[in-house]
Amino acid sequence: MQASISIHDSPELRYVLRLADTCLILAQRLGQWCGHAPVLEEDIALTNMALDLIGQARALYTHAGDLHATLNGVRYDEDQLAFLRDERDYFNPTLVELPNALDGSAAPGDFAQTVLRNCMIASLLVLVWTALLRSNDKALAAIAEKAIKEARYHQQHYADWVVRLGDGTDVSAKRMQHALGLLWPYVSELFVEDAIDRAAATQGLGPAWSTLRASWMSQMQSVLEAAQLQVPQLNAFCSTGRCGVHSEHMGFLLAEMQHLQRAYPGAVW
Amino acid sequence: MNQPAQEWPLWEVFVRARAGLDHKHCGSLHASDAKMAIQMARDVYTRRQEGCSVWVVRADHITASDPQNKETYFDPAEDKVYRHPSFYRLPDAVDHM
Repeated sequence: MQASISIHDSPELRYVLRLADTCLILAQRLGQWCGHAPVLEEDIALTNMALDLIGQARALYTHAGDLHATLNGVRYDEDQLAFLRDERDYFNPTLVELPNALDGSAAPGDFAQTVLRNCMIASLLVLVWTALLRSNDKALAAIAEKAIKEARYHQQHYADWVVRLGDGTDVSAKRMQHALGLLWPYVSELFVEDAIDRAAATQGLGPAWSTLRASWMSQMQSVLEAAQLQVPQLNAFCSTGRCGVHSEHMGFLLAEMQHLQRAYPGAVW
Repeated sequence: MNQPAQEWPLWEVFVRARAGLDHKHCGSLHASDAKMAIQMARDVYTRRQEGCSVWVVRADHITASDPQNKETYFDPAEDKVYRHPSFYRLPDAVDHM
């Protein structure tokens, strides 16, 4: 079995990995829908989004590999970074690693929870990419320029779904409200400010995600309002995926995602 | 399976490959309304850079000629070669007619 790589501890690198892992792990979840979505057209739309996210993650991992080489002389490629880290070295927010049906209601997932999460994350990524257009890291700004167009479409498409289902039939409204209740507690984590974000903001690398909170909230609130959904209150719960401390679901996801590279080191298409 | 009555309506999709060309029919899909149909058409039919513009129209809004009329309608044009503009010399300025 292929051993894990160890990641140099630097705020700059972690900042880039947080974004890269957000894209990759959500893509992995969306990939589980492939061939199973409620209708053929949306099956293609979901996997399109997954592939867009993987493309973004690839660019970010390549960039992170360059950063790593600059920081401590070891260069990792995108596959090593994507597939050969231990769970604690992934820095995505917990929201993206949650199963497609958090309450175990259906395999391969609950469509309401899926479209809601896509809308939440796409809305966040639009804000992140927009701010990254002004990054003083030219490579990051270039990645943002390509990714922002994809993220805008994801946001539009999945916000539309949230409104359709929330403001739809009694059953669909009930299921969207249920999904919102399940996923909303994971919002707090997205905008926690910490040393990594502060360092990135100070250096001009990218925005502290905490500064995006107000815009994100107002965008989500207008979507949820149009969807006739009640926004739940946030309580003290705050997940910790961005610090590498994940939910119980992450290990299973990684086992499936990493299996091939672990069992067949360096395997390529 | 959905009952036919509950299925989303069928939409015909027309994609324009490049500016200046015309929209070409490329297939169909199911969607609940026009807005969704446009998005689905984007996802299903333009994933490989096939287009820069998309039209959708509900399939039941298209009136088609009756296949039984095929001979009556279209065969008479067969021997009317003089309807092609091939017997005229066109000025160079209109060479794309």
